[in-house]
Amino acid sequence: MSRIQTTFARLQASGRKALIPFITAGDPEPGLTVGLMQALVSGGADIIELGVPFSDPMADGPTIQRASERALAYGTSLRIVLGMVREFRKHDLATPVVLMGYANPIEAYGVADFARDASSMGVDGVLVVDYPPEECVEFASTLKAAQLDPIFLLAPTSGEKRFAEVAEAGSGYIYYVSLKGVTGSALMDMDEVARRIPLIRDKVRMPVGVGFGIRDGESAAKVARVADAVVIGSRIIEEIENSPRDEAAARVTAFVRGIRAAMDGSKEEL
Amino acid sequence: MSVTPYNLPDARGHFGPYGGVFVAETLIPALDELREAYAAAQADPAFLAEFEYELKHYVGRPSPIYHATHWSKKLGGAQIYLKREDLNHTGAHKVNNCIGQALLARRMGKPRVIAETGAGQHGVATATVAARYGMECVVYMGSEDVKRQAANVYRMKLLGARVVPVESGSKTLKDALNEAMRDWVTNIGNTFYIIGTVAGPHPYPMMVRDFQRVIGEECKVQMPELIDRQPDAVIACVGGGSNAMGIFHPYIDVPGVRLIGVEAAGYGLDSGKHAASITAGRPGVLHGNRTYLIQDANGQVIETHSVSAGLDYPGVGPEHAWLNDSGRAEYVTVTDAEALQAFHDLCRLEGIIPALESSHALAYAARLASTLGQDKVLLVNLSGRGDKDMHTVAEKSGIQF
Repeated sequence: MSRIQTTFARLQASGRKALIPFITAGDPEPGLTVGLMQALVSGGADIIELGVPFSDPMADGPTIQRASERALAYGTSLRIVLGMVREFRKHDLATPVVLMGYANPIEAYGVADFARDASSMGVDGVLVVDYPPEECVEFASTLKAAQLDPIFLLAPTSGEKRFAEVAEAGSGYIYYVSLKGVTGSALMDMDEVARRIPLIRDKVRMPVGVGFGIRDGESAAKVARVADAVVIGSRIIEEIENSPRDEAAARVTAFVRGIRAAMDGSKEEL
Repeated sequence: MSVTPYNLPDARGHFGPYGGVFVAETLIPALDELREAYAAAQADPAFLAEFEYELKHYVGRPSPIYHATHWSKKLGGAQIYLKREDLNHTGAHKVNNCIGQALLARRMGKPRVIAETGAGQHGVATATVAARYGMECVVYMGSEDVKRQAANVYRMKLLGARVVPVESGSKTLKDALNEAMRDWVTNIGNTFYIIGTVAGPHPYPMMVRDFQRVIGEECKVQMPELIDRQPDAVIACVGGGSNAMGIFHPYIDVPGVRLIGVEAAGYGLDSGKHAASITAGRPGVLHGNRTYLIQDANGQVIETHSVSAGLDYPGVGPEHAWLNDSGRAEYVTVTDAEALQAFHDLCRLEGIIPALESSHALAYAARLASTLGQDKVLLVNLSGRGDKDMHTVAEKSGIQF
């Protein structure tokens, strides 16, 4: 079983939902990233989504755009990000790491080389925002051959035909984008999410995570009631942005711990 | 060599390895909807008739072809003919495409249109047609460009558009495009995104080309009227590449007509400050399509430079990437200095003030003409007029207004 599957199985056995925080690698500076990843785990993260910075993050809102710009100012390349994962793996063999980013840095690295290196350095899954399933059949099979999960997005605008296509191409989990917009928007329609998740889960037979627009314990707890995983990104980056650098890790741990508590509390309310 | 008959893109928007639909999932259904609506419109004689009517009565088409006799004589070689897109309403070819897309938006029941713009030409054209059809219009423009192009910003405002300065990334055209995409993904229900060039996710490269094909279609009729045959070469500048695709496409299947795209070499290819995506870039994925990109070794898109803001873009339409690889079209470069020289020559010798974008095509035509005999004919797409460039040219000449 892959690290991602093991993680979801373990959570399911204990009746808990996965908490998946996102940070951008290299933000606010490359030297802090591994420590921030560990801080996420300390706070109760089950899986880490690590953003690979890109010059043109078309699907991201202002918060993650700023994080990318800070990381790129330090020259944070995909190669450097893979090195961060290797460093993280030296001390943590359990927590899955999913790289999230855009196609061009991976294509520039070379798809086959990337799959090989990512796998050997301890990456578990890859989510390429601008690779819909129909444009990456070969990429997805290259990842799978290297024991990496290709993770795909579904959106409120996706039809049921799309669910099946994504189920076919993807593995690990599905990332459901909870709103029509970019990352960090605050317009999530909880009723719509609650209505859609069972439909998706029925078709894809994979855990379904929900992200885009989750900002606090309350919204995380609501999502945890209907989904298998809660993804939270922009709000954590704001936490990092607003902390003195030597306090960022502690503040991130405290923030994630709060989300974790709200999510775990939610099952008692049911 | 080229595919005959030429019928690209395929159903999913690919031109060989280029093009496609590289966008986040949220946009996929919007692009499906657009593709279907566009196909239906293309099959509807009423839609095509209205497009044609608007081009004739609002834009002033067909645009004439003019034999630049004085300049040709001075160059002493091939005869240069100019397709006068500069005489269109709003002063450039951009409006052809904006009318097509605005009519499609209206047909799809979208009351709000958005656009990206660099120098402001596409923004002005979009604001113009939005006013014409009574639509709400928002134009995204890099904050650096807003500063440099104050007159065009005011022009858009006069036409009723809201201009949003974009502060992210390099604060130029590519970032304006990112921001327009973000708006679209957020407001999909009521919004139509009018992309200004033959780039972006399918069906945009095909659709924009189709709306610009009228340029080449007219030339194919006009040239035989003037010289009893088609030209030996068709020359156009290439930033994103919409004016070039518009004049090239009808000629792809015509043997013996060279198609030459002219990219901006800025301060020179060796300087690193240029915008020559095909000549000096590598294939990659940006703004929804795979194409040649100016990027660093790590796949980050890098800032480009051209004296002409309309060519200052790190990508290029995917069909140009394919025409380059297939060998059907040739892509060459012209520096800022060469383009400026051609700009001044056309002003002084023909009484035509060309856009700095078009001046790149003119500069290459001049270079080529002098190597050819007087019986050869070069057709240059004079894609826009240069009134918008007064400020830039004056500054380069050390003059202040």
